Amino acid sequence: MLHNLLLIKRQTPSKTMIYLSPLLAIFLTLIASVILFLIMGVSPFAALHSFFIEPISTAYGLTELAVKATPLVLIGVALSLGFRAGVWNIGAEGQLIMGGIFGGATALFFYENTGFYIVPLILIAGIIGGMCWAGIVAFLKTRFNANEILTSLMLSYVAALLLNYLVHGALRDPDGMNFPESRLFSDSALLPILLEETRLHIGAIIALVTVVFAWILLSRTLLGYQIKVTGDAPAAGEHAGFSHSKIIWITMFISGGIAGLAGAIEVSGPIGQLLPTISPGYGFTAIIVAYVGRLHPVGALLAGLLLALTYLGGETAQINLRLPVAVTGVFQGLLLFFLLASDVLIQYKLKLNKSVEVAP
Amino acid sequence: MNLNSNSADCSLVFVFLLARFVGSGLNLSFSQFFIHLLDFLKIIFFNEIAILASFENKMQESSYLLELKNISKSFPGVLANDSIDLKISSGEIHALLGENGAGKSTLVKMIYGILKPDSGEIWFENKATSIKSPAHARELGVAMVFQHFSLFDSLTVVENISLGMNHQSNLKQLAKQITELSNRYGLPLDPDRHVYTLSVGERQRIEIIRCLLQEPKLLIMDEPTSVLTPQEVEKLFVTLKRLANEGLAILYISHKLDEIKSLCHDATILRLGKKVATVSVDTESTGSLAAMMMGEELQAFKHPDAIELGKIRLKVKNLNVKANDPLGISLKGINLNVRAGEVVGIAGVAGNGQDELLTVLNGENLNYQAGTIQIEAQTATKLNPNQRRLLGMASVPEKRLGHGAMPEMDLTDNAFLTAYERMSLIKRFLISYKKTRNFTQNIIKEYSVKTPNEDAPAESLSGGNLQKFIIGRELSQEPTILMVSQPTWGVDTGAAQTIREALRELASKGTAVLVISQDLDELMEISDRIGAICGGVLSRFYPTSEMNIEKVGLLMAGVELDLNLNLNSDQDQDQDKTKLQGNNINAA
Repeated sequence: MLHNLLLIKRQTPSKTMIYLSPLLAIFLTLIASVILFLIMGVSPFAALHSFFIEPISTAYGLTELAVKATPLVLIGVALSLGFRAGVWNIGAEGQLIMGGIFGGATALFFYENTGFYIVPLILIAGIIGGMCWAGIVAFLKTRFNANEILTSLMLSYVAALLLNYLVHGALRDPDGMNFPESRLFSDSALLPILLEETRLHIGAIIALVTVVFAWILLSRTLLGYQIKVTGDAPAAGEHAGFSHSKIIWITMFISGGIAGLAGAIEVSGPIGQLLPTISPGYGFTAIIVAYVGRLHPVGALLAGLLLALTYLGGETAQINLRLPVAVTGVFQGLLLFFLLASDVLIQYKLKLNKSVEVAP
Repeated sequence: MNLNSNSADCSLVFVFLLARFVGSGLNLSFSQFFIHLLDFLKIIFFNEIAILASFENKMQESSYLLELKNISKSFPGVLANDSIDLKISSGEIHALLGENGAGKSTLVKMIYGILKPDSGEIWFENKATSIKSPAHARELGVAMVFQHFSLFDSLTVVENISLGMNHQSNLKQLAKQITELSNRYGLPLDPDRHVYTLSVGERQRIEIIRCLLQEPKLLIMDEPTSVLTPQEVEKLFVTLKRLANEGLAILYISHKLDEIKSLCHDATILRLGKKVATVSVDTESTGSLAAMMMGEELQAFKHPDAIELGKIRLKVKNLNVKANDPLGISLKGINLNVRAGEVVGIAGVAGNGQDELLTVLNGENLNYQAGTIQIEAQTATKLNPNQRRLLGMASVPEKRLGHGAMPEMDLTDNAFLTAYERMSLIKRFLISYKKTRNFTQNIIKEYSVKTPNEDAPAESLSGGNLQKFIIGRELSQEPTILMVSQPTWGVDTGAAQTIREALRELASKGTAVLVISQDLDELMEISDRIGAICGGVLSRFYPTSEMNIEKVGLLMAGVELDLNLNLNSDQDQDQDKTKLQGNNINAA
């Protein structure tokens, strides 16, 4: 008897595999990283321990996880909505930076003032900043049919350079001895802290509320339905009278706005000032969050926590084992790589073909 | 060939190695495992194991060009071909007859090397052969004309043909060859014309000539007449008969019985993946062929004698729509009235503006230069599909997956798509899934849609079932105007009959029904008035009782038809026209 491994197309996509695939990908990532650690001459057990256990073995560690997860979850949810509609906005990093610039500029504008209204204004300014940046992409897409993958990605670099220019110039701290950074924001411009002695801020709650709203939007409202239809079959949407370009504008505004909000939360939360770099690539990592979370808001919440852990774990491993900081990136890359490979099993199944007899 | 059999031998060795590897209970070191894994991948890659089955008894003689023995092929959930036998000799036109879904396409795809049989043998010129790929099939002498053409619109005929050649060729020489062939077989074709300027019939000639240039021994034609006017069909048949006389074997796939009666020698009939019989066409009647094809006698549809006409429900005046795409069809001066209680049919060869017309009427394309559309005497020119639907208009587009339905979404979501306003499925800004689910279950029950439940994705349904679902979705909303494009395309005969009856019944209840179809028999059967669209121009409409297939064929070709004029005065001495004239005389 001959055993022959074949990929057979499933009649319908497997519902189980949709949820099993991320777990399989995590498992394969762990195996690959064990091999990686062995090659680097580090004990895999120690490495995995400092990567995944140590960062969250203290209460403070857990709050730090929430701090890192906040922007990831926010943007992951926002991107999920766009990806569901087939709008491939991969420039959330740029929208986040613009949100940071708008929010940061607002905070600096009210530097001398105190009042409860300042924080909401900062957050709203951040949303507007992100929406403006995403609006450019939507305009180019609907007016000139320019590919949003390219335009949104390129605009990310423009935003990063703009932030750099501003902290070297207009927004630079006048008393900062020419260091490229803004003043530290006044206390009224900082997000309220939820737990004393930690950095856990109100942004975490905003992220949770966003998850719930996005969930309802996607599963129960007409707009969510239109988003799903546009992603699956744009022509069917047009047949029903849903405007394709309207959906592009709306999803770009939502994802840009939320990414901008995340940027404003970052600068007025954990950072507290404008720096040349305000994000360690949250906007890009959120793409992985959205995919590992199966483009579902609740999935994005869980995936956001996981990816946040890789950021924390990367730092711990750097300190404990002197591993290079690039390990975090490799880890995230491996996860996406294995996820995409595992997703094949949603449409296909492996079959051991025993039907062919070997001639005697 | 040499190369192929070499690699076949190689994989034979691998198969033995693997068999031993599996037999030895997986007691292997890592490196051994890796080597076997590589072999494994190689075998999966080349997929040549099927050769083993046909390794023995190589040297038996028979007089057939192609012989299929016990061919079986299954797909997830269906046995598409169940031990099928088929024999074709040189010079024979052999019909492969069966309803949609009977397994015809699967069978020919295996002959042409696109699919591989799960079991069974293919013998070509008395040799057991495993056809590995379409290129291999062409090398053997098998050529195929597909139902859908693969041509580049912006290239010329000769450029298109040279692209499909296995060998590089000189364009000038090729053009000469094309002209020669086209003259010899009565397939007029100018090698230097651009494809987008050609009619569908002419495009098909390119595909046929492309095949003939390979000097094939067997020509497979997959439903070649579905895109042709009746006049073009006749010309094609003359060509095919001449080719058969010269010794070419032709495998002709169709479900149109009249064509098979007039063209083919033998017919193999498939039903539900099984071979019913191989018969000599001359000894069978159309009725008996149909009975074998469907398993029961076909009940002819009864057209009502008199219909009650009501007010005009849909009125289109002087509509001009410029195509967005430079190769698209622009609609010119469309005038159309559809009254309550009647079925109006629009015939036409595919790609003559049918899609454009339907999207404009439905409100998907609001980009017109001139004209008005009135629904129920209200101006609807600027209304979007949703607003038109609220006025009572419903439409079923030609393309089901991707236009009429979302492939990956479940039936409940698909029912919601066009029904949410008329069936008020939204309560306080939230979608009422309970109500939508009930609505969906009703459609499934009432229109006997075969599906496990309403959670199945639309793409898991067969073409006919999905069409029943989509038509059910629109009919359940009780529209006052229904527009349907290709209502029964790809639907099996039983379901097609159900759909046609449903359309007639809807009309008898006072709905205005507009049917766009390429199936002339269908239009003649169900419509009260009939017209045709050609190059974006809609003809006048004539009562179906005064029409016949030939006359509709002329309308489809864009010829003005004046039933009261003497056609002798017409300058054009086209063969088709004299034929129409003959018909008129007969009628008189």
